[in-house]
Amino acid sequence: MQKKYKISFPHIGKCHIPVKKIMQTLLGDNGEVFAAPPITKRTIELGAKNSPEFVCVPFKYTMGNFIESLEQGANVLFQIGGDCRLGFYSEVQDEILKDLGYDFDFHTLKITGGNAKGVYEIFKKMNPKLTMAKAVKALALCVRTIYAMDGIEKYIRQNIGFEVQEGSLEAIEKRFLVEIEKAKSMLSAGRIYKKYLRQLKKVPLNKPADRMKIGVVGELYVLMEPFSNYFIEKELAKFGVEVTRFITASYLIFSPQHNVKKILEQSEGYCSYEIGADGTDSVAKSVVFAKEGYDGILHLKPFGCTPEINSIPICNRVSEDYGIPILYFSFDSQTSETGVKTRLEAFYDMLLMKKRGKAI
Amino acid sequence: MRIGIPKALLYFKYRIMWRSFFESLGHEVIASPDTNKTILDMGVNSSIDESCTSAKIFMGHVEWLIKHGEVDTIFIPRVVSYEDGDITCTKFHGLYDICRATYPDAKFLHHNIDYDHGHTELGAYKALGATLGAKPAESQTAYEKALEGLRLYEKELETKQEKVAKKDSLKVLMVAHPYNIYDKLIGEPILKALHELNCDVIFADIPESSAMCKRAETLSATVYWRYNKELIGAVDYYKNDIDGIIFLATFPCGPDSLAIELLTRRLKDIPMTTLIADSNFGEAGIQTRIESFIDILEARKKAVQNAKEI
Repeated sequence: MQKKYKISFPHIGKCHIPVKKIMQTLLGDNGEVFAAPPITKRTIELGAKNSPEFVCVPFKYTMGNFIESLEQGANVLFQIGGDCRLGFYSEVQDEILKDLGYDFDFHTLKITGGNAKGVYEIFKKMNPKLTMAKAVKALALCVRTIYAMDGIEKYIRQNIGFEVQEGSLEAIEKRFLVEIEKAKSMLSAGRIYKKYLRQLKKVPLNKPADRMKIGVVGELYVLMEPFSNYFIEKELAKFGVEVTRFITASYLIFSPQHNVKKILEQSEGYCSYEIGADGTDSVAKSVVFAKEGYDGILHLKPFGCTPEINSIPICNRVSEDYGIPILYFSFDSQTSETGVKTRLEAFYDMLLMKKRGKAI
Repeated sequence: MRIGIPKALLYFKYRIMWRSFFESLGHEVIASPDTNKTILDMGVNSSIDESCTSAKIFMGHVEWLIKHGEVDTIFIPRVVSYEDGDITCTKFHGLYDICRATYPDAKFLHHNIDYDHGHTELGAYKALGATLGAKPAESQTAYEKALEGLRLYEKELETKQEKVAKKDSLKVLMVAHPYNIYDKLIGEPILKALHELNCDVIFADIPESSAMCKRAETLSATVYWRYNKELIGAVDYYKNDIDGIIFLATFPCGPDSLAIELLTRRLKDIPMTTLIADSNFGEAGIQTRIESFIDILEARKKAVQNAKEI
């Protein structure tokens, strides 16, 4: 009898919705696909315990995800690969998990540059009946879903601080996520997106013209996985702030804007060269926010993230030249939530004083 | 022109080449002094606290040159990728822009070796020469001479080390980036302690680079950092000649954090220890740890010899 596959993968924000769906389509009836159990304190403890001491925090989080997936019976694991240390995660995590005594197959998908064909081949092995046509259709739906989810999230991020009735935007997003998960085709996903965006736009807002605007830059994992950043964007929005961030799954994977030449151009000479992974983009987008008159910038990164550590002295220069304050957060498995909130509040107060000072 | 070179990071790999190149073109080269407490403090104060200690030391040397070097410009190397596709840690990608941002009034000179983006080593040195007013042919001659000098020097070190590797003494393989183990503050106390214990040291960074990078694949299939591949390959190369391994890394080195984890899991029969250096690296603590490690190696060696005699 053919082996039943149990595929699992780590969390990053809400990406598990489209990822689970495309993988299940590709796998067919040869097994099941499930996202790692939701991240809890235990996930982080398990991850930290079984990781090298000063590796960056996404390693520890995803390590915890993998262990909890394996406990649930997963026998095929997927990890993503990237340009910094991320590209070497897989081999080390594979080794650690095998040392723990688990038996599984491990696959790595490169996050940029796209290796759709490689993915097809991995699944073709597990599901001999898979056809290219079916895979392409599933991919199209997946891409559309990611764009839709990012679009909805972007609107909410910019407006959640100004709801007349607290919670109304998120209530709509919840219904949107349920429906988009069931979408059968790219077209229907598009229709669902438009329908919910219309609903979101009808929600009454109380948005003053001189509202505070804050841009968010930094490393992709802590930007996109709210558990790792203590839901910082939501905390910030609660003060009545419009929050903007460029780094999303659709931007990183599909956007033509996400290219070195463009990003270096945006950095206005602060970066003569790439400084590693998303570090260059953090500088470039800081310049963009500064030029667009944002009130402040949040820079988020995992502890020890080399590309982002490279970006900080350069962002500091941008901050000084343009007079735009930047608050830096470094997240580790030991970060205190109260500490994050306190610093955020102080930053907001400072920006407010600066803004009022200007108005007078 | 008086060109300042920070005695840190890639200095320990390429100093012979840089000095020869600049001098051939008629310039004076001033290297900063060995790392000392003042330089370290300057580096710590001018760096992001999470930056790796080796990079902080580099910044300290840059600042020393700005303040005391009386130089016209400071050379910041940029080495990103090699001919066979291996890359370096992203720290090396950003150094030039970090220095510009940190010291906006200082003058910097740089080169850019990045084969992945079409910038060969020769091209980089020609461009560097051009910024100093040299003609392409002059730069090329200077480059070739500098490269030849470096190769000869490296070959000499290799031959010397091969002899040590054949000795019957107690031998430790030092797995560390050159900029850590040859640094006055980080590496020297360790080497001193080993020397006092009559222990021979084999350096993992010495054997020929591309051969070691190829060899690294036996221990790690996916590692892509050039400077880690060299070390990993050397571990495989020397594993039967040595009694133990010392891993030395600075806090919180990205590539080493993973490479050391993988190696310590994959090498089962060799005793090893890991030393993590930061800006408060204390000599006394190091000595104690090295002494006890060498005790273990000696006891083990004796036990093996006794077993053979019986």
